[in-house]
Amino acid sequence: MKLVGRYLISGGLLMMVWKMASLMVSSVILPPPELAFTAFFRAVATLSFWRHFGASALRVTAAMAMAWLMGFPLGIVLGYHRKTDQLLSPFVFITYPIPKIVLLPVFLILFGLGDLSKIFMIALIIGYQIVVATRDAVLGLDKKYIDSFRSLGGGRHLTVRHVVVPAALPSGFTALRIGTGTGIAVLFFVESFATASGLGYLIMDAWGRFAYDLMFVGIIGMSLLGVLLYELFNYLERCLCAWKYLS
Amino acid sequence: MSEPPARSQPMIAVQQLSKTFDRADGAVLDRISFELAAGETLSIIGPSGCGKTTLLYILAGLLPASGGQVSIRGKGHGRGDTAFILQNFGLFPWKTVYENVVLGMKIRRQPPALCRRIVQDLLDELGLAELARRYPTQLSGGQQQRVAIARALATRPDLLLMDEPFSSLDALTREHLQNTVLGMWRKKRLTYIIVTHSVAEAVILGRRVVVFSDRPTRIKTVVDNPDFGRDGLRDQDCYFHRIRQLRRAMERRV
Repeated sequence: MKLVGRYLISGGLLMMVWKMASLMVSSVILPPPELAFTAFFRAVATLSFWRHFGASALRVTAAMAMAWLMGFPLGIVLGYHRKTDQLLSPFVFITYPIPKIVLLPVFLILFGLGDLSKIFMIALIIGYQIVVATRDAVLGLDKKYIDSFRSLGGGRHLTVRHVVVPAALPSGFTALRIGTGTGIAVLFFVESFATASGLGYLIMDAWGRFAYDLMFVGIIGMSLLGVLLYELFNYLERCLCAWKYLS
Repeated sequence: MSEPPARSQPMIAVQQLSKTFDRADGAVLDRISFELAAGETLSIIGPSGCGKTTLLYILAGLLPASGGQVSIRGKGHGRGDTAFILQNFGLFPWKTVYENVVLGMKIRRQPPALCRRIVQDLLDELGLAELARRYPTQLSGGQQQRVAIARALATRPDLLLMDEPFSSLDALTREHLQNTVLGMWRKKRLTYIIVTHSVAEAVILGRRVVVFSDRPTRIKTVVDNPDFGRDGLRDQDCYFHRIRQLRRAMERRV
């Protein structure tokens, strides 16, 4: 309930800023919030909106799950296993600054125009962030924990399970939360062509038809998707890293 | 309480143990030798940075020695033969008190029913039963240290190693925990080695007190402490006498 309250307060403030901006701009391109939200609430009663929302949600969730499944274990291995790190890290850091989004045409040709190429694109971008954050977390792990575990008789594999993974999990979740913003941004981009579904398509299509209220339906929908994902990761972290959230 | 145990095969025998990290820096530990019988307790005291912690790391199997031998019950030793209470406890913040204490037994794949029973008994003995579901960060320093003791004892180790275990605690809590360790020693006939920088603690907790020299660390002298384990030792003259004796031994040049 507290959470809903917090969102209501910050949402209200945002509305005020929006309202003022729309008064100042005074153009159809920035409709006042009440108009946008009227259109939004009308849209959520239609199946078509949920079809777009569902398509977007599926893409970005699948992509982030894939990014996690690849990125987190890789980050753990790089952080913990020095030899693998020496071998692979230069590769990771050389390719990290390349804007992966420019590879979209390649992805579209390799994985087709469907969802797969979109999901891979988002996963690749978020995955890097998770790898880097997780690796750093493992490298920054206080050695006393490793010593303590080894003194109990634990070997390397058990150390990973009982020490390295739980210690790195919070950083992994931080990367996921930061990645939510990036993921939604990339989602908008990959949905802006070669598809007829998704909130990104909704926005671009409405823009093309000068239907600005509908465009804002898509924008509000994307924000909602972002908030939901963010809170999902918060929830998962609270479940899996309860020790971080002690009163 | 205070008679030294009969000497048969030593629980731990350290022979000519040396450690050099960097040749240019010279040896940290220089031919250290001592023995400890089962149920015997040993305090090690010496200037800071003299390699006391290094010695415990080698005995715990966490660091290789550069020379010499360590044997436990006449055999070579490895990790897990000993239990080690590190400075600052080394408890895992992501595990509850119960999970921390049971960890060593889990690593040894001991049956869950046995784990539950032993851990529960230890938590009861150390007054931690109510805190079993708490996380270490929710505990006071003294409580954390008791968890560390419970975790070390859960594996029923041949030898318990403690590295300045009470240095970060206030004086009263420290005394209380020293009594806890003594109580456990009486009950379970523990064999332990405690490294400390407190002369008083060395006298309270060690049947013998080994005094280390500055680097390269050698054994300067070994002080016998026959009053160890006596009830109310802290109030008795022999305690102060032993502290004075130990001080003089520490100040003496090699």
